[in-house]
Amino acid sequence: MKVTADRTRCMAAGHCAVTAPDVFDQADDGLVTVTDPTPPDPARADVLLAERLCPSRAVTVHDA
Amino acid sequence: MTVDTALLPSYPQDRKCPYQPSPGYQELGGEGPLHRVRLFDGKWLWLVTGHSQGRRLLADPRMSADRSRADFPVVLPRFEAPIFKPLALIGFDPPTHSVHRRLLAPDFSLKHVRALRADVTALAHRLIDRITAKGAPADLLNDYALPIPSMVVSELLGVPYDDHEFFEARTVDLLQAKSPEGAEAAGQALWDYLDRLITAKERDAADDGVISRLASRVDGVDLTRDDLLRIALALLIGGHDTTSQMIAMGVVTLLEHPDQLDLLLADADLVPAAVDELLRVVSVTDVSGVRVALEDIEIDGYTVRKGEGVLVSSSMTNRDPEVYPDPYRVDVRRTAGSASRQHMTFGFGIHQCLGQNLARMELEVAFTVLFERLPTLRLAVPRADLAFRKGGTMQGVHTLPVAW
Ligand code: HEM
Ligand code: SF4
Repeated sequence: MKVTADRTRCMAAGHCAVTAPDVFDQADDGLVTVTDPTPPDPARADVLLAERLCPSRAVTVHDA
Repeated sequence: MTVDTALLPSYPQDRKCPYQPSPGYQELGGEGPLHRVRLFDGKWLWLVTGHSQGRRLLADPRMSADRSRADFPVVLPRFEAPIFKPLALIGFDPPTHSVHRRLLAPDFSLKHVRALRADVTALAHRLIDRITAKGAPADLLNDYALPIPSMVVSELLGVPYDDHEFFEARTVDLLQAKSPEGAEAAGQALWDYLDRLITAKERDAADDGVISRLASRVDGVDLTRDDLLRIALALLIGGHDTTSQMIAMGVVTLLEHPDQLDLLLADADLVPAAVDELLRVVSVTDVSGVRVALEDIEIDGYTVRKGEGVLVSSSMTNRDPEVYPDPYRVDVRRTAGSASRQHMTFGFGIHQCLGQNLARMELEVAFTVLFERLPTLRLAVPRADLAFRKGGTMQGVHTLPVAW
């Protein structure tokens, strides 16, 4: 599983960092950063939830 | 297409129960995801009650939030006031919206919100100290539910809390105005107040919150002084009325569901999801967002034509049985972890509430401190005597008499 986040779309709602804190964080500007772009399988459900919650479709999970 | 609006259900409709949508909306929700409804001015728009359809429409770049457009739906008379036409953030499309939202993102980040938590907890305790010192009954709205978000937002923005009676009253006048003139007068009073405040901050090169931080960023291009005024106005208004009424209505809901209150108090880990369940149930704004279509949009067999208005109902999308089995039940254990964040109370898409994590934190603190300190809290009047807001979309109580 590979995770990317598009900072040009992020609206700083923070769902991703709450839902999968080992994978996403908010940088000092409030926008998303991916701290673990290839998370282990047990994180899959949380990462998919983060993708679904993101209101501005900034989070993408590849080969999910 | 011409629609005979006389035959359509009207919008908005008052609730019969303070935390359940009007029976008329419930009926519509059972019929499908999109409905034509008649507004006060005889025009109509699409009322969206389906969760999936609401999400997709609010995330669709072909939907505009620009309130200055001639075809933007006017849901209530007060929205005809000029002050509402260029409403900051909420009423702008990209690219202006994105520029302003990014300017504010650091102040509303999770880190910043978490750093405020201890102060908000201390504030809640001080307010309870004052309530118990005075003795029962108390007005939980004005003695607790309102001062918490009001103090938090004035601190965050750098607005003197000493002026709270002025800005709280004018905000209620603006949001509950029955006419455009009433809304305009209240909005103008707030505008003039913030204008003077910003002038003083510019003069003193103040460094005391969001307004002075943004004042130093005014460049006449990405951020004009009028933009700053509009943003300050939006944050001041958005920051306290919704949250205070959510605290009040959340307390009413919990008092009527003592089993749910017990669950919440028994397990600190449950509190965030329980707060989201209360946000879902109460749907305090009743609306997730209003937009106008810039192009024809096909959605699940419906066509929203260019120029048609759309209003996504939070109270009804939050009761879509596809997402929420037994949707009218209050169930603080409904969803574990952040799956509880799927509700539409804060909207969806690029305009999803900027203050949502701040509001969640304030609500978590407000409910836990209140029931920890006053475990025997109860209404001091029969529930039938509580006066709820009528005639609009924003829900609320006028006062909330309680004893303990
Ligand atoms: C329980 C409390 C709250 C509720 C239910 C609520 C609800 C909402 C909703 C539904 C929207 C989206 C409107 C749309 O898409 O047209 C919104 C946007 C917004 N809210 Fe909140 N809100 C709350 C608290 C707050 C607080 C505490 C603040 C600020 C301190 C705030 C500031 C804003 C702003 C600035 C926007 C516009 C964001 C944008 O357009 O990008 N809100 N809110
Ligand atoms: S959920 Fe989406 S909008 Fe929110 S911080 Fe994460 S990437 Fe940004």
